[in-house]
Amino acid sequence: MSTLIKHEILGEMLNSTGKGFEQARAEGKEAFESQGFPTNKSEEYKFTAISKKLEQSIQNFGAAESFEVTAEDVKNNLFEGFTGDVLVFTNGHFQSSLSSEIAGIEVALLSEKSDTPVGSIAKPAKDPFCALNQAVFTDGIFISVPKKAVVEKPILLLNFNKAVNGQVIQPRVWIEAGDFAEVTFINHTVNLSDVTYFSNKVVEVKGGVNSQIRFYKLQNEGKNVIEANNTETDIHKDGRFTSVTISLSGELVRNNLSLNIIGSNSEGNMYGLYLLNSKSHVDNHTNVDHTVPHAESNELYKGILADQSRGVFNGKIFVRQDAQKTNAFQQNNNILLSEDAVVNTKPQLEIWADDVKCSHGCTTGQMDEEALFYLQARGIAKDQAKGLLLYAFAGEVLEHIRDESFREYCTNLVQDRLGSKF
Amino acid sequence: MLSIKNLHASIEGTPILRGINLEVKAGEVHAIMGPNGSGKSTLASVLAGREEYEVTEGEVIFKGIDLLELSPEVRAREGVFLAFQYPVEIPGVSSTNFLRTAVNQVREYRGLDPLDAVKFLTLMKEKMKLVEIDQKLLSRSLNEGFSGGEKKRNEIFQMAMLDPTLSILDETDSGLDIDALRIVSNGVNQLKSDKNATIVVTHYQRLLDYIVPDFVHVLYNGRIVKSGTKELAMELEEKGYDWIKEEVDSKATV
Ligand SMILES: Nc1ncnc2c1ncn2[C@@H]1O[C@H](COP(=O)(O)OP(=O)(O)OP(=O)(O)O)[C@@H](O)[C@H]1O
Ligand SMILES: [Mg+2]
Repeated sequence: MSTLIKHEILGEMLNSTGKGFEQARAEGKEAFESQGFPTNKSEEYKFTAISKKLEQSIQNFGAAESFEVTAEDVKNNLFEGFTGDVLVFTNGHFQSSLSSEIAGIEVALLSEKSDTPVGSIAKPAKDPFCALNQAVFTDGIFISVPKKAVVEKPILLLNFNKAVNGQVIQPRVWIEAGDFAEVTFINHTVNLSDVTYFSNKVVEVKGGVNSQIRFYKLQNEGKNVIEANNTETDIHKDGRFTSVTISLSGELVRNNLSLNIIGSNSEGNMYGLYLLNSKSHVDNHTNVDHTVPHAESNELYKGILADQSRGVFNGKIFVRQDAQKTNAFQQNNNILLSEDAVVNTKPQLEIWADDVKCSHGCTTGQMDEEALFYLQARGIAKDQAKGLLLYAFAGEVLEHIRDESFREYCTNLVQDRLGSKF
Repeated sequence: MLSIKNLHASIEGTPILRGINLEVKAGEVHAIMGPNGSGKSTLASVLAGREEYEVTEGEVIFKGIDLLELSPEVRAREGVFLAFQYPVEIPGVSSTNFLRTAVNQVREYRGLDPLDAVKFLTLMKEKMKLVEIDQKLLSRSLNEGFSGGEKKRNEIFQMAMLDPTLSILDETDSGLDIDALRIVSNGVNQLKSDKNATIVVTHYQRLLDYIVPDFVHVLYNGRIVKSGTKELAMELEEKGYDWIKEEVDSKATV
């Protein structure tokens, strides 16, 4: 991307910057300017030409404003049987009148919580889009779950996006959970746009001692979405953080997920499923950083790619010298359903401690023909047999979703796509 | 019921079956024996419709229809059942869901109403007894982590559920201890009737004490080179295959 356009874009974005956080924004801007938009020479973005895509597809880099949705819209977009609380956003702007009051949980605009240390967990120097968001985010949401609060039902972050002329949505989320708190978030986005838009979201999650946080994300916004997503968490002593990311469509999606294990006896889990067709492109970059002993991380990402879709998986695991007795597991398995589908997968392990258990593996292959024949030989139609096998493959990720209504919702989407309904 | 005429099949250009002729009538049990690599599993796979094998010559007529024209699933629905020599482990596919899907697709083809959950369970319970298979096994993923014997039993259980007209058992006896062998053979014998037929592929005469064949065929080098009655199996057990190989090879050189 030419520097001229880069500055134009940034200028356009800076014009529509939200309020407050001058210091953080200045740091974000500086970090962005030193990194710039990634080019095809950027190691971290070599398979994902997001800058080019932005340049080609986005006409207007101003911030998308909020728009009106009704309680009916909200209701229509809940998962069947969903009983949790809902926080509603339009183009990243919080809609308090449509959102639940959640007993015992503090929900506020980020601009009302000006002492929030934005950028202290998702550090802007790590990624240009993370930096960009920090420089120009319009507003965001602050969610605090107090100490010992056990939130039984999941909290749904329901986003409605509708960009006019391909504007930019740059929301920011700050979540903190006190010691011993337990909470589940589901991030779901409904795309009402008929033009290509860019969403650049940052989610920072600050765990507490012995807290249990689950963060589920469904990406199924259709073909006209360019999305960069940075989600990062600090996992404290005895804490557990579990992320499940289900990506079913998107013109180009880049997910950066980072787990910083900074307290011992803790656990970080990352599960992902990408089920892609047509020309969808989904890139999952994950990073788990073990800095203390006696912690565990588990990672399983699975992909099914049809047509000319493209999947990228990059899994970094750092085990620092002090992080003895670390258990770190990583798996990435892919099934390609067409000759034109491509997966680039790369495990990246750096292990400095000597007493650790680490394993990783990645596979990319076609459908198991022997298994397919076995099912057919029992009378099951070929297409359905294929669906069954693919669903079985995908199911290993879906089963990590604890909330039944959301799991069922995802399962139905996946089964519809795979034609594997029993 | 089944008529195989001059069947030739190859894999990746290599001929494996070189002119098989076999007639099987309803009510009969045929045993196919033969040394390793002679083509027994290939024949079974070709009959079941495995696409990797290319049929280069010959015909297979099953109940008056050209079997080779049909997809594997339609063959199964028409009543062909193959008990695999090496049943495939399929993680993530529950045995019960799989079987219910299979049974109902087969029933639909045969013009029968689908079984609801209750009726299916009743049928399953009944057939489970036949091969003394444990319910626990069926709550797991299909064949996943099953022992060799459990896999073989599961094959016969599936056979019982699908009610085939022609069952082809590919070395279902291999690796079974005597108790398991008794159970499996007992299951097969109970499913036998004058309307269906069985082809058992085996290395061991032992099985034929339990599933008594009407005919025994020796497959060697892709051809049936000798046919006889159950006494032939005894002879093979005693003398091995060398005498047959010699017979065939000497004829070939003449
Ligand atoms: N996929 C394949 N590619 C090449 N050759 C094959 C393939 N599958 C089987 N063959 C060959 O075909 C021949 C017949 O194999 P087949 O499995 O039918 O023998 P079999 O009689 O069942 O032997 P066994 O008693 O060991 O089960 C063997 O020589 C085998 O190596
Ligand atoms: Mg064999």
